[in-house]
Amino acid sequence: MRKTKLTRRQFAVRTAAASATALVAPFVHTARAAGKLSLMFWDHWVPGANGASTELINEWAAKEKVEVAIDYVTSQGSKNLLTIAAEAQARSGHDIVAMPTWWPQDQARNLEPVDDVMEALIAQNGAVNDTVKYLGRADNHWIAVPATIGSQIKGPCSRIDLMKQHAGIDIQAMYPAGSPPKAENWTTDTYLRAAEACHKAGFAFGIGLGQTSDSVDTAGAFFQSFGAELVNAKGDLTVKTDAVKQALDYSKRVAAFYPPDAPAWDDASNNKWLVSGRGALIMNPPSAWAVAKRDAPQVAEQCWTHGFPAGPKGRVAPFLPYFWGVWNFSKNKAAAKSLLVHLSQPAAVEKLVVASGGYDLPSFANLTTLKVWAEEGPPKGTLYHYPNPHNHQTLSIAAAPAPPKIAFQIYTQAIQTKMIVRHLQGEPMDKTLAWAEGEVEGFLRT
Amino acid sequence: MVDAVIRRSEIAVPARRRSGLRRAMQRKSTVAFLMALPLILLIGLFVVYPALYSVHLATLNKSMERFVGLDNFFFLFKRETFWMVVQQSCIFAITAVIFKAIIGFIVAHFVHNVPAKGQRKWRGMLLVPWVIPPAMSTLAWLWLFDPSYSAFNWVLALFGVGPVPWTGDAYWARFSVILVNVWIGAPFFMIMYLAALKSVPEQLYEAAAIDGANWWQRIWYVTLPMMRNIIAITALFSLIVTFANFDIVRILTAGGPIDRTHVFATWAFWLGIQGGDIPLGASVSLFMVPILAIAAIFILRDISKRGNEA
Repeated sequence: MRKTKLTRRQFAVRTAAASATALVAPFVHTARAAGKLSLMFWDHWVPGANGASTELINEWAAKEKVEVAIDYVTSQGSKNLLTIAAEAQARSGHDIVAMPTWWPQDQARNLEPVDDVMEALIAQNGAVNDTVKYLGRADNHWIAVPATIGSQIKGPCSRIDLMKQHAGIDIQAMYPAGSPPKAENWTTDTYLRAAEACHKAGFAFGIGLGQTSDSVDTAGAFFQSFGAELVNAKGDLTVKTDAVKQALDYSKRVAAFYPPDAPAWDDASNNKWLVSGRGALIMNPPSAWAVAKRDAPQVAEQCWTHGFPAGPKGRVAPFLPYFWGVWNFSKNKAAAKSLLVHLSQPAAVEKLVVASGGYDLPSFANLTTLKVWAEEGPPKGTLYHYPNPHNHQTLSIAAAPAPPKIAFQIYTQAIQTKMIVRHLQGEPMDKTLAWAEGEVEGFLRT
Repeated sequence: MVDAVIRRSEIAVPARRRSGLRRAMQRKSTVAFLMALPLILLIGLFVVYPALYSVHLATLNKSMERFVGLDNFFFLFKRETFWMVVQQSCIFAITAVIFKAIIGFIVAHFVHNVPAKGQRKWRGMLLVPWVIPPAMSTLAWLWLFDPSYSAFNWVLALFGVGPVPWTGDAYWARFSVILVNVWIGAPFFMIMYLAALKSVPEQLYEAAAIDGANWWQRIWYVTLPMMRNIIAITALFSLIVTFANFDIVRILTAGGPIDRTHVFATWAFWLGIQGGDIPLGASVSLFMVPILAIAAIFILRDISKRGNEA
């Protein structure tokens, strides 16, 4: 009897290929055997983006003979969160739900593991970054698939003219379109000096210090670039550490150059700030630029999306992946998984990204260099560095690496921005740290 | 004979039952109960059941997997933010109710003194803030208070007054949410007080005038005593609604800056829905019950005492 010897690498490749084939292959062989599938997707703010996903889903449904119902639920007024919470309580509702960043972790016990889907997609599309793993895995299982729709990096979007004129920074030279960044000098110190200069010139950086995600993401990225963790990966309280003190001190100094009403800002405020021409920099995905393209073209043609400034412990940018989860009470899990694979095929991903004007980001490494980001404009190449094509910054999320259930509370309660505002408004650092420690201690309960 | 008696009694029992049912149906209380039954069922379904369910939720741990009794409440008692929310809810509700009552009382007097011909127009116009859905009118206020593009600040700037951080500073933000609540709620007080004013017998004012009472004395010794019950009931009703307010704070400040405008409902939503800690959110929202129950007991007891005195 002949024995075939299989190397470990060959075995891994063949297993992944077999899984991919099994998942991508039509899973239904008889008409109408596939049943029904209901989806709750995020209602995209970009006109036409929902149309692209509907087309892809209908295309799959026709091929697989599945009756599909799609509900696009807005995130305005947290309607999507209410729907998720209600369905989890009722253990009834859609089969697939689009979940923002932390929600797969929150609903982990109600989600169907999707290891088979993710292993196949990673084999096909390349690896996912650590933030996707941190948010999308629980108890050594994939609990959700990173969705292209809604995933975003909230890096800086700068005004080319204002930064050059008032801060002496040539953003396009630092982040040239089509080439790797030359951003060694783009550090937290440079950022601080630029913030001060632009503030003096009457074009303050539009950074919020409120309780919504844009503010929290920026504060979190700065904390991480100083190595500041409120709770470490093991779940220990680390509020009163030198790194946190340094990050808080820096954040307070730079916040003095933000608009005075920044503590009241929400996720729309920074967009308005840029579009109205009042600011030289905001931290946002290209939504503000897209609005400017429509409402203030003279502003849009001066916008350039680029990387985060590097701190003493590295260059960290906020990455907020959206996920697609399958409820474990879904009655058609096989069909749900098949659809998720279909939506993550390279051609489907490209279609979704193009429909969103480059806003949506796939999480898989091989899909971050699509043509759309290099070609979008004006100015041409403005989005080239948006998907982090040269991996020159670490993609992370505020409050990581704390255990996700604790980090979710730190993030939602905006502990880092509240610390900055408290300290900015004159509270001594020790008192601010004591307050934060008390709050975070409360999040450790199970 | 015996057989006949038995047969008669067999016939008499259903007849008695029928007449008893007829009598019950003829009673006003039975008819009233039946007419109210649909509402009672709706209240049971949409008020009592969710209330009991929230009590159940409040006794679960964060992941909702095990019973923890009152641990969520004990946990809240140790939180600085919780006590801040208690304080803010009280400040918000009490201040807003006082101002709504004062403004409603004054405006009701003005409207009462408007000649009957034009009074309906005034009543209609003054009720507008109350009849617009608060979520919509608060959005308009949000634009007026917008952190960077406030219309009020634009007007103030014309007079050389610096920009006011309407929602950016803790005290101004509290002022703003109370102002909007007063704007929305004062017409309710106005219409209730106006109805009460109209029911005060004119002879009492005439008698007071003959006794030489001035304007203030007429208000103090005639109007206010005659309106006491309606003032108490209106205040109680408004206190409950204001305490449980959600939309104004949610839309205007979302509880910020640094949690300084959160009230029970908004903080409960923030913890429970946005933060994914439903048991803790339920515990916060239930905390309103004892506070409001105590207020209700005191006010209703006072009303019934005065009713008995009368």
